[in-house]
Amino acid sequence: MQVTMTVNGEEISREIEGRLLLVHFLRDHLALTGTHWGCDTSNCGTCVVQMDGEPVKSCTVLAAMAGGHDITTVEGLEQGGELDAVQRGFMECHGLQCGFCTPGMLMTSRALLDGNPAPSEPQIREALSGQICRCTGYATIVRSVQWAAAEESGSRTTASQGESAGAPEPPAPDAPASEPAAASAGGAS
Amino acid sequence: MQVPAPFEYQRVSSVGEAVGLLDSLGDTARLVAGGHSLIPMMKLRLANFEYLIDINELHGELGYVVTEPGRMRIGAMTRHRELLESAELAAAFPVFGDAESVIADPAVRNRGTLGGSLCQADPSEDLSAVCTTLDASCVIRGREGERVVSMEDFHRGPYETAVGDAEMLTEVRFPIRPNGSSAFEKVERRAGDWAVVSAGAAVWLDGDGAVADARVGLAAVGPNTAGIPGIGEELRGKAPTEELFARAGDLAAEACDPVTDRRGSAEYKRHLAKELTVRALRRSVARIGASGAGTPGAVQGTGGEGA
Repeated sequence: MQVTMTVNGEEISREIEGRLLLVHFLRDHLALTGTHWGCDTSNCGTCVVQMDGEPVKSCTVLAAMAGGHDITTVEGLEQGGELDAVQRGFMECHGLQCGFCTPGMLMTSRALLDGNPAPSEPQIREALSGQICRCTGYATIVRSVQWAAAEESGSRTTASQGESAGAPEPPAPDAPASEPAAASAGGAS
Repeated sequence: MQVPAPFEYQRVSSVGEAVGLLDSLGDTARLVAGGHSLIPMMKLRLANFEYLIDINELHGELGYVVTEPGRMRIGAMTRHRELLESAELAAAFPVFGDAESVIADPAVRNRGTLGGSLCQADPSEDLSAVCTTLDASCVIRGREGERVVSMEDFHRGPYETAVGDAEMLTEVRFPIRPNGSSAFEKVERRAGDWAVVSAGAAVWLDGDGAVADARVGLAAVGPNTAGIPGIGEELRGKAPTEELFARAGDLAAEACDPVTDRRGSAEYKRHLAKELTVRALRRSVARIGASGAGTPGAVQGTGGEGA
């Protein structure tokens, strides 16, 4: 079958088998090996890419299901030769050791900051709760995301970061988004 | 590398089209919504189909939470994330938010749907326990039109539902009753895992602060998520006290049918069924008081702080 989707801003069409998973489509058909293939059971999160701006586990999405959608992989973070703030944050704060989980961490963090530019530490940890770092470097990963948030809050006014079309710009409607979880955790007392 | 067996992929853009296609393909076809339960099973070759019909384009038609007098209607394609973020749903049924915040992880919740969860009919599935707790009914559409079945009739055994080969679940309906609240308790081995045991509870109080009705739904302790009607019978008309919750816990432990597996022994799961039932009932009643809907006196003697 023929599948057409936008990957990192570029429209791509390929002949594929219906059973092909998105992670293998990206890695084997498009040679975008930045997206890692890990547990294969939607637990570890290293295969996370953005589909229309939302993090999804590409080992559990068929390439065919991504047809007509906007996919952003870790290769799409860099814009015009400049690393994204989350990438710089991971560099600055030692957010990676072996680096295997990093693509999923970066894509999830980017989506978090797009919806919530100033997340609290619990919100960062909740957003990353579907990602496993087997080096157990979580403290520095959280710090890296905080670094990126602070960096962007300083340079955010320029709005020159040309994020791909899927990501909604105004964060206001998303603000209540993370509230129910927090409210239900503490609200029962 | 886990890859599903070959199948023909089809995409539909309306419920009518989906039902028509199912009608012509029979049991060789299966609908896929979020796919986060079905695709892993296909990768393990535990589920194999000749045709996979992608219904994600029906999100516009079947993704909604609508409150009407006396009931709430939720479309089958409403995603976990949307259920978690719905203020309407959180206000009417706090049990949903409790459960959704411990179902898988945010990326999975971006894809998985209410309808997909119910149709997967996994005995450990949390939303099925929520729907059982809330006395939900399921709207099933086929060529001939719609029919509505209760949660008790919807699940027919592990991975089996009342949905026929040429039918699909389109909506789940929840009765809204006054002066009540609900809660969900789950024990899992690690964050985002399937439940070792989970329990939902819903309680409604009468004008005197006595229990007007109570419901409990358990997951992972039987072939399907189980409602325990005996609990309602035991609690009705009585003041919601710790002693009463304990009796309900005993009933839950007696009524459930857990098996020993790598998540825990049958004895441990029976213990959890009892304890989680008590906690969920206690929290439901405390929430009625907290919301101001209940009679203030009603929550006295329920264990008070930290409920």
